[in-house]
Amino acid sequence: MTDSKYFTTTKKGEIFELKAELNSDKKEKKKEAVKKVIASMTVGKDVSALFPDVVNCMQTDNLELKKLVYLYLMNYAKSQPDMAIMAVNTFVKDCEDPNPLIRALAVRTMGCIRVDKITEYLCEPLRKCLKDEDPYVRKTAAVCVAKLHDINAQLVEDQGFLDTLKDLISDSNPMVVANAVAALSEIAESHPNSNLLDLNPQTINKLLTALNECTEWGQIFILDCLANYMPRDDRESQSICERVTPRLSHANSAVVLSAVKVLMKFMEMLPKDLDYYGTLLKKLAPPLVTLLSAEPELQYVALRNINLIVQKRPEILKHEMKVFFVKYNDPIYVKLEKLDIMIRLASQANIAQVLAELKEYATEVDVDFVRKAVRAIGRCAIKVEQSAERCVSTLLDLIQTKVNYVVQEAIVVIKDIFRKYPNKYESVIATLCENLDSLDEPEARAAMIWIVGEYAERIDNADELLESFLEGFHDESTQVQLQLLTAIVKLFLKKPTETQELVQQVLSLATQDSDNPDLRDRGYIYWRLLSTDPVAAKEVVLAEKPLISEETDLIEPTLLEELICHIGTLASVYHKPPSAFVEGSRGVQHKKLTARAGSGESAESPDVGLSGPSEAPPAVIPSQGDLLGDLLNLDLAPPTATVPSVQPSMQMGAMDLLGGGLDSLMGDESDTLGGDIGGSPSMGGGLGVAPAAMPAALGGAPAVGGGLGDLFDLSGGVGMPTGSYVAPKTVWLPAMKAKGLEISGTFARRGGIIQMDLSLTNKAMSVMTDFAIQFNRNSFGLAPAGPLQVLTPLSPNQTIDVSLPLSTSGPVMKMEPLNNLQVAVKNNIDVFYFSCQYPISMIFVEDGKMERQVFLATWKDIPNDNEALFQIKDIHLNSDAASNKLQGSNIFTIAKRTVEGQDMLYLSVKLTNGIWVLAEMRIQTGNPNYTEMELSIKCRAPEVSPFVFQCYELVLKN
Amino acid sequence: MIGGLFIYNHKGEVLISRVYRDDIGRNAVDAFRVNVIHARQQVRSPVTNIARTSFFHVKRSNIWLAAVTKQNVNAAMVFEFLYKMCDVMAAYFGKISEENIKNNFVLIYELLDEILDFGYPQNSETGALKTFITQQGIKGQHQTKEEQSQITSQVTGQIGWRREGIKYRRNELFLDVLESVNLLMSPQGQVLSAHVSGRVVMKSYLSGMPECKFGMNDKIVIDKQGKGGTTDDPGKSGKQSIAIDDCTFHQCVRLSKFDSERSISFIPPDGEYELMRYRTTKDIILPFRVIPLVREVGRTKLEVKVVIKSNFKPSLLAQKIEVRIPTPLNTSGVQVICMKGKAKYKASENAIVWKIKRMAGMKESQISAEIELLPTNDKKKWARPPISMNFEVPFAPSGLKVRYLKVFESKLNYSDHDVIKWVRYIGRSGIYETRC
Repeated sequence: MTDSKYFTTTKKGEIFELKAELNSDKKEKKKEAVKKVIASMTVGKDVSALFPDVVNCMQTDNLELKKLVYLYLMNYAKSQPDMAIMAVNTFVKDCEDPNPLIRALAVRTMGCIRVDKITEYLCEPLRKCLKDEDPYVRKTAAVCVAKLHDINAQLVEDQGFLDTLKDLISDSNPMVVANAVAALSEIAESHPNSNLLDLNPQTINKLLTALNECTEWGQIFILDCLANYMPRDDRESQSICERVTPRLSHANSAVVLSAVKVLMKFMEMLPKDLDYYGTLLKKLAPPLVTLLSAEPELQYVALRNINLIVQKRPEILKHEMKVFFVKYNDPIYVKLEKLDIMIRLASQANIAQVLAELKEYATEVDVDFVRKAVRAIGRCAIKVEQSAERCVSTLLDLIQTKVNYVVQEAIVVIKDIFRKYPNKYESVIATLCENLDSLDEPEARAAMIWIVGEYAERIDNADELLESFLEGFHDESTQVQLQLLTAIVKLFLKKPTETQELVQQVLSLATQDSDNPDLRDRGYIYWRLLSTDPVAAKEVVLAEKPLISEETDLIEPTLLEELICHIGTLASVYHKPPSAFVEGSRGVQHKKLTARAGSGESAESPDVGLSGPSEAPPAVIPSQGDLLGDLLNLDLAPPTATVPSVQPSMQMGAMDLLGGGLDSLMGDESDTLGGDIGGSPSMGGGLGVAPAAMPAALGGAPAVGGGLGDLFDLSGGVGMPTGSYVAPKTVWLPAMKAKGLEISGTFARRGGIIQMDLSLTNKAMSVMTDFAIQFNRNSFGLAPAGPLQVLTPLSPNQTIDVSLPLSTSGPVMKMEPLNNLQVAVKNNIDVFYFSCQYPISMIFVEDGKMERQVFLATWKDIPNDNEALFQIKDIHLNSDAASNKLQGSNIFTIAKRTVEGQDMLYLSVKLTNGIWVLAEMRIQTGNPNYTEMELSIKCRAPEVSPFVFQCYELVLKN
Repeated sequence: MIGGLFIYNHKGEVLISRVYRDDIGRNAVDAFRVNVIHARQQVRSPVTNIARTSFFHVKRSNIWLAAVTKQNVNAAMVFEFLYKMCDVMAAYFGKISEENIKNNFVLIYELLDEILDFGYPQNSETGALKTFITQQGIKGQHQTKEEQSQITSQVTGQIGWRREGIKYRRNELFLDVLESVNLLMSPQGQVLSAHVSGRVVMKSYLSGMPECKFGMNDKIVIDKQGKGGTTDDPGKSGKQSIAIDDCTFHQCVRLSKFDSERSISFIPPDGEYELMRYRTTKDIILPFRVIPLVREVGRTKLEVKVVIKSNFKPSLLAQKIEVRIPTPLNTSGVQVICMKGKAKYKASENAIVWKIKRMAGMKESQISAEIELLPTNDKKKWARPPISMNFEVPFAPSGLKVRYLKVFESKLNYSDHDVIKWVRYIGRSGIYETRC
């Protein structure tokens, strides 16, 4: 006998043929026809047109035919409700049949027909069947109550079926009990607040008794129901646990997992010092391990659950690492899950074995698996410090394979290792940089860019590397763009001189050419930060990052607790609360573990933090958001104005004086360069031309401060005050900015003493008194040699001229430009800040004439790289006049030579801090009206050369 | 609970479709076909969520079985049920194939109606099912009332896996202890990991409702008896007992009794079934020892010598021995000399396969091979995969011994002595590898 012939599709007219056959007199033919109908139905054909004909076949004593008709009815009754009524009589009759199998069949089928009229007729037969003498009928009727509840909940309540169902929990037949429990649990789920499953010690006892006797499926229903029970005390918990533990030896994995769920839940309520608690923990490990010898699909479910259990109670499986080693023939989903658990169980004790395994896995075929293995090596490094070195070398080996995705994955994890162990493994950066070109995945590119930015000072060509990424900025993913922006800003803060263009470029790309609000906002934050408070920018952007935690991907604790209550179910497979994937009200209640009363563990209320699918675990390794995080630390950084003076660091000292005055400084002086930065005036001079860092030789300017000063370029290094020796006074502090006090001034060197000539004008309405002055640290250690001598109060509209002698013994910090001086002036009204620039000739000392021999030797000794060439045009001086003029400014001529009609002057200058600046000046004497001078300056600190040149120019032109 | 159950052929055509719950529509059938069966890539998970509907699937040869749900079901139960369904179908009509399923679709619908009610699995023991669902149509109309109630009480009863009234002229039972021994050994002969996973499979042809008791040399049981002073020589018994890490039992075994007394008592199903599974990791008898010696002669030659030693009683014979020696990818030629059996270089498998039909205990045999290599500029060293071995031995490597299997049937007039019992031990290699 073969039924497969029914599947062979016939052509048109099939329905008519079937109709005829269904109405045939011959029983056999009828049966054949119904089979054909069912086959058509199965493959998805619409055979609802045959409804009346099929229903006509229902009244038969052939049980096989009857079952087929019922199957048809269940499928099509809903679409033909009126005709379905025709079947009611037969159902009712069958419910009275002497054969219990037929009674059960009728009630089972009726429950599946979702037509109101049929449902009405169902109530009476169902009531009878619930009290049937035969357990087979009762167990079927129990499930039927759940079916009816699904169709019409009110009806079930009104008819009192729920009470009858509750009574069935005390039934003598274990399977009836199990089905009643299943039905009640399901109904209870849609009535969260009803006390339907009124679990009390007596019913629990009945359930535990039935547990030993019912089918494997029944055991699952009962165990799942037990898991919702709340024992009154730890003695009850223990006694339930004792009766559930034998289930751990069941061959059915679902029984084992449900038992594990009950035990995991009730264990919370046991005192930890109890002997039984330890026994129970020991008993849990072997069955969990045994689950791994089940079929792969079940292994997968088991592994997903073990993943949760390991997070909740790592002690259970800590010695079982080996069983999670991946087998060659495991399906990929099992491999990936095993790998996950291996990382969670990795510890110092087993790390060697784990690493050996991971290294094997990294050479497998499946790309996802290999990636995860590589990532796992990185996680081991972070988790087990002792292994970090081995992990890093393993990763380097893997990078050598040049397998594209392996390299990329390795770079991503090495980034994390850098963050975990700063200053330990940076030697590998060179190797990483070699692979720059092969990176095509955003995450790897972002990681690499992060590394380049973070370690810019160690990578010689960091700017080139980043620039290469910048070319295709708009084609990159957001992750890469953000990282690139941050990396370039970092680079700029570290190497301001060479990267100014780059930073301007990236800022404008991010802020002007991008549609991405994240990118734009981050760009603006950096921009403003750099322009308003570069010191703060440095503190923020280059802040020390918190070390990353070793435990990654942990499920958030409240979710974990909920998932533990769902062990074995889909929720535990998805690692999501049921509400995340179940529609409607069903199963949306949040379950939670209840800790033992009075124990140290917190007992949170059920809905704490679990509203909705809060599936995202806290990202312990901040990947793409990390730098944004850094930015947001802005507020947490110590406010610049309140730095305690006890902290004697260079940076802090600078802040002390400057306080909050930077804004006003930027305001009026930044116009010089603001224009070329691309439309943001607030950027100001902060990005101005920055000379190379002054070496430590220059008065021992500490390196830490070096970079900071660069940012205070307030007038772009051009526009020295004009004038001969003493420039006319210029307004340094306008009255508008200083509550009526106007300060103008200039510098002069008189008798070897630098003097600051100030004019203080009171443009306010009230008298000013109590003047005082203070300088910020500066390049040459200028400091007031005495107090500001303003003895009489300054009346409105009065001007006082003061000369302030300066010494060069103050604290030194390289400024930008070199000759910048930041000044604070205090009076009875407030403290005001301004900055001014002194001609560098102020610090040319009187004994600056070098011995000829020494000059020659020194000239040769200074490397040619340090030689700077300048031209001075439109000078109407011959060499002697020039020499005289220069001498007045302590620029001494050592020798003069005439070669081919050109005068050559050899000159020397000594700065207050002992630095010598040598110069060779060539003067074109041919045309007295048009003299051109060529100046080549040599100095061990080449960054002073341009300023010295400016002095030459000023002196010669005035 | 399970909302629907579909069976597809390899093309994704539906062979069986049974919907149990209203929340599962016909489109679910297509969703699975499109998203899983027709998806080109490899299956990444046996559970798939498509539009808030979860699909669980297993594959048997080229047949897909899928259970569908929209609720938070017990996932382990769904898979156990799918396996069980395969078992039931196999018990009814043999191999699960497209042809068999089409030929038996009416039967399958009938079974599905019986073993799954509103998505809740019901009794699915073939022993019981076969009493009222048969391939020759349903018995029922010709049954007496007693027969009918007997069926229902069995289906719902405590012993759902066995029907009453079974009669055999000859009461006979077969016990197979089937073990697979797994090993990973270092080149120096150090055991890195070893475990045995075993199964006790029973074939019972016993009349009535026999009460059975199974005893083995479980360390816990023996020690307990030793304490009671019943055994004469505790030292001797300690040696012969084995420590079982974990075991699971067929549902016929009374677990609470095992938990409290560690005794294994049960009423067996009729015919063949798996009584128990167990795992051991201690004191494993490793039937073979592999001693590898690999020497690299220059850059283009490799000399391999492998000695295998059998480590069991000389009177026993191991069979189907196969040693697989991996060769580098750039192998150009291999010369093999072996003392026993046949050895061949299989280029497609990158291995030398050495087969020996039989080998007695306490013997040793050797193979030596010269492997010619093509020069490569691959800097990466050959990873030297482990040498693996396959074999079958007539004893249990775990050391497990069946001590007794007592049969009591009080109602029928046969006693334990009348039952003919057969015990067989088979040890097979699982993953049995030696690194070289």
